[in-house]
Amino acid sequence: MTNTIQVSNLEQGYGRTVVLKDINLTVTSGEILALIGPSGAGKTTLVSTIMGMLRPMRGQVAVLNTPMPNRPLLAKIGFMAQTDALYSSLTAQENLLFFGAMQGISRKKLREQIPHAAGIVNLVSDLTKQVSDYSGGMKRRLSLAIALVSDPEILILDEPTVGIDPELRQQIWHELHQLAAAGRTILLTTHVMEDAEEADEVMMIRNGEAIAQGTPAELIANYGVSSVEEVFLKAGRQQDATTHND
Amino acid sequence: MRLLTMIKRILIEMLRDKRTLALMFIAPLFILSLLYFLFQSNTNQTATLGVRNVNSALVKAIDNKHVKIRQVTSDTSAKSIIRDDDYAGVLTQKGNHLTLTLQNSDQSKSAILKQSLQKGQIQLKSKAAATTIKAQAAALNKMQKSLAAVTRQMGGASKAIQPIRGEQKLAAPNYHLVTHYLYGSQDSTYFDTLLPILIGFVVFFFVFLISGIALLRERTTGTLNRLLATPIKRSEVIVGYLLGYGIFALIQTMLVVLFTIYVFNIQIIGSIWNIFLINIMLAVVALTLGLLISTFASSEFQMVQFIPIVVIPQIFFSGIIPVNQMADWLQPVAKIMPLYYGAQSMSNVIEKGATFVNIAPSLGVLLLFMIVFLALNLLAMRRYRQV
Ligand SMILES: Nc1ncnc2c1ncn2[C@@H]1O[C@H](COP(=O)(O)OP(=O)(O)OP(=O)(O)O)[C@@H](O)[C@H]1O
Ligand SMILES: [Mg+2]
Repeated sequence: MTNTIQVSNLEQGYGRTVVLKDINLTVTSGEILALIGPSGAGKTTLVSTIMGMLRPMRGQVAVLNTPMPNRPLLAKIGFMAQTDALYSSLTAQENLLFFGAMQGISRKKLREQIPHAAGIVNLVSDLTKQVSDYSGGMKRRLSLAIALVSDPEILILDEPTVGIDPELRQQIWHELHQLAAAGRTILLTTHVMEDAEEADEVMMIRNGEAIAQGTPAELIANYGVSSVEEVFLKAGRQQDATTHND
Repeated sequence: MRLLTMIKRILIEMLRDKRTLALMFIAPLFILSLLYFLFQSNTNQTATLGVRNVNSALVKAIDNKHVKIRQVTSDTSAKSIIRDDDYAGVLTQKGNHLTLTLQNSDQSKSAILKQSLQKGQIQLKSKAAATTIKAQAAALNKMQKSLAAVTRQMGGASKAIQPIRGEQKLAAPNYHLVTHYLYGSQDSTYFDTLLPILIGFVVFFFVFLISGIALLRERTTGTLNRLLATPIKRSEVIVGYLLGYGIFALIQTMLVVLFTIYVFNIQIIGSIWNIFLINIMLAVVALTLGLLISTFASSEFQMVQFIPIVVIPQIFFSGIIPVNQMADWLQPVAKIMPLYYGAQSMSNVIEKGATFVNIAPSLGVLLLFMIVFLALNLLAMRRYRQV
């Protein structure tokens, strides 16, 4: 097990405003880490910093032992953004081909990968449709397929399960567990507690701070509650208590 | 590889966007045609002139293809005649006194009448002068003859009279004016002067608008950010755009140039290749400028707001108003406008037959603009990804 993502003492923000304070996290290969936290907590900011889209204000971010930002390393990361970024006048197939090529995958390999990636998200029969004719959930699934199509070492998924039905959610989690078993590293953000329970490791972010971290089972045991959701609520109350005491 | 895929994607997107395609290829031709007809109608304009008791010789002198003469016999005032019959003017003669009353709701018609009247008067005067000279010459001849008779009588002093005869010969000819035009012909209109500038402007404007909005759309839909989450280089994104939209700009330029040449049938003294070259350079500058400006706009509406700041002033300094007649402090402003260089070279090639060597300095400046805008684009891209 090697450390693939390493964030130490990260402070991050936009302009003068600080969004993330003192974040430390390590993800090893074969591990699935879920970032959970309320809206505006700073999950997307953390993900963007790991991707190297933002330069850390303070602290270090390293992916595969390379400090980020680093452009060539992006070839090894499959990314799914929180908002769908697709070319609506192109078909799903054309979108997959385009982003795959941008990722640096040969056309031949893409031809093999596209049916597989589209299969995971049940889009095979809709590949020739223009994205402008897609529903919201279909766009979300296509975004996920684009992240998967390059068969990357690291997957970074910002809220991948939004707008996805329970049956398909299970199918996707099945695939993610398989990928992890094959030694891939997966980092995802979510609001859904079921997703957090599926992950190997959970990190809760609230008001820019990591308030709890560990495997779901550890967290439930440590907080003396019965579900990850209760851990989340209890940790939140504790954070409020300490900030009020200051 | 990435670059080719980028270009291919832009081509597919563009070909599926019929409205943008139409805007890019049909709108410029439409605007140019509209201007063509607007200026065309102006040159064939005629003004109707009512004449009352005017000397028929003068009426004949005034008459030309821009003036329609109508004899007026009624005694009503000139003003009411104009009002009732919609004449551009009425000319009345009383003895030696001419009165011209003008409707003057269309200054160009007034100008035609004033000019025709002036011309007619000059023509009459010169005819009269010629007649007087002839009469004087005849009188002088008579005098000379009688003088000669006198001198003969006086005995052999006729040589002294020769110079006088010579002077008379010089004054006698009836001057006939022939006008030669260095550029263009007597059929040249304001449109011909304007056209080279207009071609440049149309190419510049549409390429600017479409490339700017294209990158903007990529930004607002988030695909630019998504693109920059792949290992693509920032320069590859910019160059991909430049080449992808460059293909359309190239086709558009060819279309506009060929259209103006064959449909408006304008005379090009210089080489058509130089015209293509200038417009391609202009298009590339517009492309890089459009991409750059779009990074400062956050919506299509804001992009349109940049037009009065970035595009409109360029028209004023493109040569529609001669730059060397502007206030001294204003003239340097033209030198920072890409369109000034493009339009000037276009005029020089079309009207004066400038060669590549003549326009090379202007092309060089355009190249410089392009390089500066490209570099700024690369810097602006840093806002989205720092490496
Ligand atoms: N581009 C930006 N410029 C300035 N502030 C920003 C920017 N993006 C996010 N923020 C701020 O940073 C904070 C964290 O935002 P972020 O998008 O990381 O939250 P999040 O945890 O992903 O929320 P959500 O679950 O709603 O996606 C918010 O307060 C937000 O206002
Ligand atoms: Mg987010």
